[in-house]
This record gives sequence, C-alpha cells and structure tokens, in this order.
Amino acid sequence: MPHDHHDHDHLSPSGHPYRSDDDVPLTYWQQMEIALRELLIEKGVTTPEEIARQIDAMDARSPANGAALVARAWTDPAFKERLLQDASAASRDMGFDIGPLRLIAVENTAQVHNVIVCTLCSCYPRNLLGLPPDWYKSRAYRSRTVKEPRKVLSEFGLTLPDETTVRVHDSTADMRYIVLPARPKGTDGWDPDRLAELVTRDSMVGTGLPRTPA
Amino acid sequence: MPDRAMHDGAVPDGVAPVKTQRVRVAARMPMGHVRAPAYLRGKVGTIERPLGAFPDPERLAYGQPAPDRALYRVRFSMAELWGDSAEAPTDTVDAELYDTWLERLD
Amino acid sequence: MTNTPSFDGRRWHDMGGSKAGPILDETHDFALWEKRVDALMVLCSGKGHFTVDGLRRALEDMGEAAYDEMSYYERWIAAISQNLIEAGVITQSELANRMAEVAVRGDSYGEASRA
Repeated sequence: MPHDHHDHDHLSPSGHPYRSDDDVPLTYWQQMEIALRELLIEKGVTTPEEIARQIDAMDARSPANGAALVARAWTDPAFKERLLQDASAASRDMGFDIGPLRLIAVENTAQVHNVIVCTLCSCYPRNLLGLPPDWYKSRAYRSRTVKEPRKVLSEFGLTLPDETTVRVHDSTADMRYIVLPARPKGTDGWDPDRLAELVTRDSMVGTGLPRTPA
Repeated sequence: MPDRAMHDGAVPDGVAPVKTQRVRVAARMPMGHVRAPAYLRGKVGTIERPLGAFPDPERLAYGQPAPDRALYRVRFSMAELWGDSAEAPTDTVDAELYDTWLERLD
Repeated sequence: MTNTPSFDGRRWHDMGGSKAGPILDETHDFALWEKRVDALMVLCSGKGHFTVDGLRRALEDMGEAAYDEMSYYERWIAAISQNLIEAGVITQSELANRMAEVAVRGDSYGEASRA
C-alpha cells in the first residue's frame, strides 16, 4: 500500500496534530495537488526530498523567531537601532534565514501603536514568523483595519487611549512588517529568553500586547 | 521567491520626492493587476520614506519584462481617507506605492 | 430602459475600507496537502517559473465566488496550476489526465498520493 515515506503523523511544531488530510473524501483540489506534484517531479522540476525539506523549513518558522528579535531589541539598544534601521539585516544577524524578504520593524511607544494588514491579499512576514492566522487573511480584517483600526483592536480585546496615535501599515508592495511592541513593566533585569516568552504573535502584528509578568 | 534588484532611489523621471513631501495618488481605475488600493486613489499623503526600486508588479504579473520603478511609503491621515467617518483624524495609514501612481504636490 | 451599473473601478479583492462583519478568531493547523501546496509555490517561484505577482493576478482573476467558496490553499493550487500552464511547464491536458488517474486511486488523500 503506497504511503508517504516522510512520516508526518506526529505533532507539528506548533504542538498540535497535523490536521488530517483524510477528514473528507478526496477533493478535486487535493487531486490537483497530487497530480501537479507528481508531474513536476517526473519533469525534473523538483524532487520529493526537496518538497519535504521546504515543508520542514516552513514548519521551523514561527513567532518564536520574532519574539527572539523583540527580546534582544528590548535588552540591547544597539540591536534595537539596527532592527529599526534594517530589520532584514538584523534578522540575519540573529541567524534567521528569511530569504529575500524585505522586513521593516515599526516601534510601539507610549504615543504610537502600530498594526499590520494586507488589504489586497495576505502579505505577511512568513519567512520570519511562519504562516499567518486565518483571521489575518479574512475579508473582515482586510476590509476594516484601514478604516476603523480601534474598533478592530477592541474586538481583539485591546482598547487604546485617545492620546495614542494608531498607525496602520498596509503591506501593498515588496515590504513586510513586524511590530516591535513596548517592553512590559515589571521586567527589569530579565534575560532575553525570559522576555521572549512574553512576546505573542498578535503583539507582533499589532492586534495584541505582550503578556505581562504574572 | 525571485530575488528583486534594489537600486537606491532610482527614479527614471529624475525628480524623486523626498521624505515629508506631499504627493497625490492618481485617481485612475485601470483594468488588470495593480497594487495601489482603491481607497487611496485620489488621496493626498506625505512621503514617509523612499524604499528603493523594484520591478514593476503590474508587468511582472503578466510575465512581461518589468522595468524597475521607485517605491515609496506614503502616509495618509484617517481624516484625509475617511473624513467624518474617521475614528481619530490624526491616526494614519502607511502604504507602499510606486512612483507611477504618485504626483508631487510640493 | 436598461440599468447600466456604474463601474467605480474597484475590484473585488481590493477590500480596504469596505464594510464587513466581525473578525472571527479563526486559526487552524494545516493539513499535509496544504503544506505541499505552499512548498510548491515557494519552490516553483524560486526556480523562476512564475512570480508572486503572477500568482496574485491569477487569484484576483478567479473572482469573488472563489474567495467565498474555496479555501486558501484550494485557490492557491488553482493559481499555481494556472501560472505553470502559462509558463509552459505543464499543459492543461497533462494536468487533467493525471487528475483523472489520481481520482480513481482511492477515496482518501492518503490512498491517492504516492511517496
């Protein structure tokens, strides 16, 4: 009985089981994926090993990468400057292979809160943070965030004071964005690994804030 | 992803807008693939920063030879975009727009 | 007298500023077939067979019903196929014939896909 030689029946890096492909009877689009993959392999465009390696590379990308950048920026002022000047270079300095991705980091302060959206499709800094959540790709998020960001953020449980300026970044061309959230109070003397645990994915998209010390 | 060449501030027409200069987004409605969102067309913003030059996506999308075009981040106030509907008039939207879509006002 | 709708130029995918409902907290881990679609996109575009711009254009041209009725990776595999056909890497008949062959291998993804 043919089976996939690369065993994916374990937990994915997020800690959840892989969603079962066999939930539903074989769909037309699954047939297309299988057919296309086989043709591309037969034509020498790619190999099963190359595909498996790319899946693993993508699985290895997660918000933990962004959290590491943020935590270092919180503890190392020179690195923070580098991150704000050239976030692509700063990512590479920390050993993250983000490929040709052009990254811009935008800083939250007491006066400014940043939030990221792609109104035209779903552009996201995937080579750093991994794949985007479904809500980021939804009609509601893409439509409303550029017009009523405060209402959108309140639906995420985040209410901002009137004195704060909200800056929305619409990822319309070749740049990708990451929010550098403000460091939570009560974390003096914390090392970067401990700080990184406070940095949530949503805080780097701008739809949330970092966790606070318990 | 295909690597995209970047040239610092290359602007074929020679008169590059700089940070804080005011620009207006063209109000045209072309067919086909464009990356200038409709909600920005005809609106006035300021250059937040130049980003360098990249191959024109409107041509890349059709597999055509794509000359490099200068790309800018442009900042718009919510008041400019939405008028009385704006939640907070001085909140902003920053978007990346190609020079083909921008007209200098200053 | 016919009613001619005015064309304000906005295409369906150009969503900024449109009215929409609440944001649902949707997240799901991806199935293996979806990760394979993602991998094929990265690999084939990296090898120069198409650009992300060509993918986006194909997605836009699929129309609004596709966005509402198909999942994200269903639309992507369709857009990838479209781009590869345009690039001459595969033909429509090759794809159709292979899909027909795949369809009769079994009732589940696991049965129908080979290593």
